[in-house]
Amino acid sequence: MELNQLTIHELQEKIKNNSVTATQITESVFSRIDAVEERVHSYIRLMKEDALAAAAKADVDIKKGNIKPLTGIPIALKDIVCTKGITTTCGSRILHNFVPPYNSTVVEKLRSAGAIFIGKANMDEFAMGSSTETSYFGPTRNPWDLERIPGGSSGGSAAAVAADECIASIGSDTGGSIRQPAALCGIVGMKPTYGRVSRFGLIAFASSLDQIGPFTKDVEDCAIMMNIIAGYDPKESTSVNAEVPDYRQFIGRDIKSWKIGIPKEYFIEGVDPEVNAAIKKAIRVIEQSGGQCVEISLPHTQYCVATYYIIAPAEASSNLARYDGVKYGFRAADVRELLEMYKITRMQGFGSEVKRRIMIGTYALSAGYYDAYYKKASQVRALIKHDFDEAFKPCDVILTPTTPTPAFKIGEKTDDPLQMYLSDVFTISTNLAGIPGISVPCGFTSRGLPIGVQFLAGHFEEGKLIQIASAYEKNAKIEKRRPTL
Amino acid sequence: MDFETIIGLEVHAQMLTDTKIFCGCSTKFGAAPNSHTCPVCLGMPGVLPVLNKKVVEYAMKMALATNCVINKSCEFARKNYFYPDLPKGYQISQYAYPLAEHGYVLLETNGEQRKIGITRIHMEEDAGKLLHDEHNPVSYVDLNRTGVPLIEIVSEPDMRSPEEAADYLKRLHEILVYLEICDGNMEEGSFRCDANVSIRPRGQKEYGTRTELKNMNSFRNVQRALEYEIKRQQYLVENGETVVQETRLWDDAQGVTSSMRSKEEAHDYRYFPDPDLVPIMIDDAWVKKINEELPELPPAKRERFIKDYQIPAYDVGVLTADKALALYYEEVVKLCNKPKVASNWLMGDVMRFLNEDKRSIRECPIKPESLADMIKLIEEGAISGKMAKEVVEDMYKTGKSPQEIIKEKGLVQITDEGELVKAITSIIEANQAQVVEYRGGKEKVFGFFVGQVMKATKGKANPQLVNELLKKMLAG
Amino acid sequence: MKISSREVEYVAHLARLEVTEKETEKFTAQLNDILLYIDKLNELDTKGVEPMNHAISVTNAFREDKMLDSIGTENSLTNAPDARGEFFRVPKVID
Repeated sequence: MELNQLTIHELQEKIKNNSVTATQITESVFSRIDAVEERVHSYIRLMKEDALAAAAKADVDIKKGNIKPLTGIPIALKDIVCTKGITTTCGSRILHNFVPPYNSTVVEKLRSAGAIFIGKANMDEFAMGSSTETSYFGPTRNPWDLERIPGGSSGGSAAAVAADECIASIGSDTGGSIRQPAALCGIVGMKPTYGRVSRFGLIAFASSLDQIGPFTKDVEDCAIMMNIIAGYDPKESTSVNAEVPDYRQFIGRDIKSWKIGIPKEYFIEGVDPEVNAAIKKAIRVIEQSGGQCVEISLPHTQYCVATYYIIAPAEASSNLARYDGVKYGFRAADVRELLEMYKITRMQGFGSEVKRRIMIGTYALSAGYYDAYYKKASQVRALIKHDFDEAFKPCDVILTPTTPTPAFKIGEKTDDPLQMYLSDVFTISTNLAGIPGISVPCGFTSRGLPIGVQFLAGHFEEGKLIQIASAYEKNAKIEKRRPTL
Repeated sequence: MDFETIIGLEVHAQMLTDTKIFCGCSTKFGAAPNSHTCPVCLGMPGVLPVLNKKVVEYAMKMALATNCVINKSCEFARKNYFYPDLPKGYQISQYAYPLAEHGYVLLETNGEQRKIGITRIHMEEDAGKLLHDEHNPVSYVDLNRTGVPLIEIVSEPDMRSPEEAADYLKRLHEILVYLEICDGNMEEGSFRCDANVSIRPRGQKEYGTRTELKNMNSFRNVQRALEYEIKRQQYLVENGETVVQETRLWDDAQGVTSSMRSKEEAHDYRYFPDPDLVPIMIDDAWVKKINEELPELPPAKRERFIKDYQIPAYDVGVLTADKALALYYEEVVKLCNKPKVASNWLMGDVMRFLNEDKRSIRECPIKPESLADMIKLIEEGAISGKMAKEVVEDMYKTGKSPQEIIKEKGLVQITDEGELVKAITSIIEANQAQVVEYRGGKEKVFGFFVGQVMKATKGKANPQLVNELLKKMLAG
Repeated sequence: MKISSREVEYVAHLARLEVTEKETEKFTAQLNDILLYIDKLNELDTKGVEPMNHAISVTNAFREDKMLDSIGTENSLTNAPDARGEFFRVPKVID
């Protein structure tokens, strides 16, 4: 095994017993990048020099015995989290040259835990997409099949972990943007409870839905990452000041006598038969592990996509108003009048998916339509949240497929936005309700494409998710495969 | 035709906090352009607002002082529009759920009380400042003011004349300054006012079409702009034309209002609750705490001054117009116990000096103790009123105590009878002709003798004593 | 039709997006599809349901009135596409 293929906890062991250096790990990641990045395109920007310098510094720390939880561990950051002094584009032309004078809280936390930043990962423009095809910097490819999409919007972060171009990465999830690419790339991805991980410095798509989370190679790494990034941040009003447990303690615990809800609305027409079969198998594994699976109902499931595609674009239309060519980023050349400056800058600066969502959102908030769209959707959102409140009364967790299908082909859905939106059907409700969710690999299709199973829990019950995901991971004994690149 | 005027005012008051409403940048006026800025108020990507608690408490004070109901729960909303002085492309304000509603202030004109309703008070952030290039088709943006906390106080359309509107404004201004939550500086924009005005034939129930007036940066301008606009609307109606609902700018130099056509495109602000900010819940305990912190407000203070100090209403009006002045006055009275005399000196000489130097009472070099001491010295007869005039001026110039000045200048009054008798005796001897005139019934000559004594004593003689002695000695 | 091409143009103007005739056409068709799909929500009776604006129920998040360092004029302007002296510069704003 190459160093870049190992997990955080495996590397930590090696660092602690002095069998590897941070520099060796980092170099191994970059040599992998040299070999495959041209084909996968996980990154918008690589930070090789900074990374090697940080690794050299980490090695000095290691010698002194000063080893922090992520000392020497190469991490990729979705290009949606602001990095001080390092261009942060959000996958958009309109921010192609933006250099933040501040770090996001998550970057601060990772840095003080000793992480080495490898680069800024590719993403759908402003996280709007499910395939990483809307990036201004070109699409990322699925390491398992380069003709296919890696999922999105955090496709670069997911592909980088799957292709061993980093050890773990950071993504963001507004409607499934961590869990869906994690499933399609065969890795672990968690969307924490809204308010659990600080959004400060996370470039906003839909503020009431956005949440940062990790991509890792296994569940234990997910717990390690959560230990670092979770926690209250006074710089965010919606941050929740609640105690953060040591998530690692949930690894290896059994789930005997747990009640697992299987929502019938998630087993519908349109779900790929191979996905269906893999999930059925996962349910059996859970039962064999001592969990009791019961059918439940989340009656408003069929309204989630419609609700989401009002609320998210509405918030986005406002969040993206700041990209006006005045203070930073792109401004169209040769504009003489103010109105022209705004309109041409935004026309040239945004891609078509972003514009489409700005249009939907602007329309939904405009005079005369607010009640029919935004208010209505916010009310349905309350009903969706209520579904979960009811479900979690008897159940510890809920189990669903993460995606209805495995990775689709690049270009397959770009001309049909509605079909693209429907690929988020199983992940969206989580964000609307603010609850946490995790996607864990649960097998492969006959073509060798990864499939993911999703676990959902109540607010701030990430520990339960780690516990069941870890139990599942241990008992499912999913064959260890690596993409052949 | 006889018209009735309908006026409603929207007042924006800058809250006197150290930092902005959603970030830790300074609110100080006059800094280098774009220096009081940070990623939050610059609207950079990914940054988030966190509400300054003091802004809420200041807004609550104003709400209580204007008899509003403070809502148990309120929230911020985004008002979306594009403008270069608005870095986020939206202003964080309050919309469906404001901080407070249903208040009023009482105005008194010619002894008649009028109640002006307050629709709502809400919190919001200020925008930046634009400067226009005079030679090139460009504008410059300064974002120092962006995010400075404001409250907006919206009145009911309850005012019926420009004078009443000006009265109402002055009352709000007075309350804000008394509460020490706003510096009230209209020139620097800490206190701004927009007016909605319409006319209707007297007796008609429906409101006429209103216009919104902006850009009036003094009480006088508000009144002038309203007067002009009312005449303009009357002229239109009387000539069979219609008033167009629009925003009009007051032009101070020309003394006219003019249409602001470029901003006339349909406003569609797409308000929605700001997902980055959480609801504000205000319980009774919090309201009670703020209520207890409220200072005595002008109407109560005026009543108390009249009752406790027995000074004329006019004096009370002047002395309570400025909270600091009222405080100063009360200190002086406490020390000398001469309310009317203290009022005379304060409103007369002291305020004249301050006005000449454009200083506020806070910057007055005379300490209240000094003024009280001086009044006591007059009462004791140690100095004359005339001397006091000189002393008070010196106190103002030097900041010294009256005792020091009297000592330095040798301004002690001659109250020694012997000394004065000696002086009067020689004056009588030297002016026998006048003595005869006086004794012959020409009483006017008395003044001449007083003058002579004062001249001889360099004004130091106690005038009362001089009068007494002269009368006695001239009588022969 | 849920939305006409004229409405699409109006919305594009509100959002300060320049759109070509072709784009307007495309947006009109796509927005119609999406809005028709969203019509699903009207199957639900939401009378009396309190709208949910936040994913969690935090209230009263405040900061003290304490000064923090500003980043200064130079840092504020570094990213500006057009800055002159201590200002951001934009095409003339007509009041």
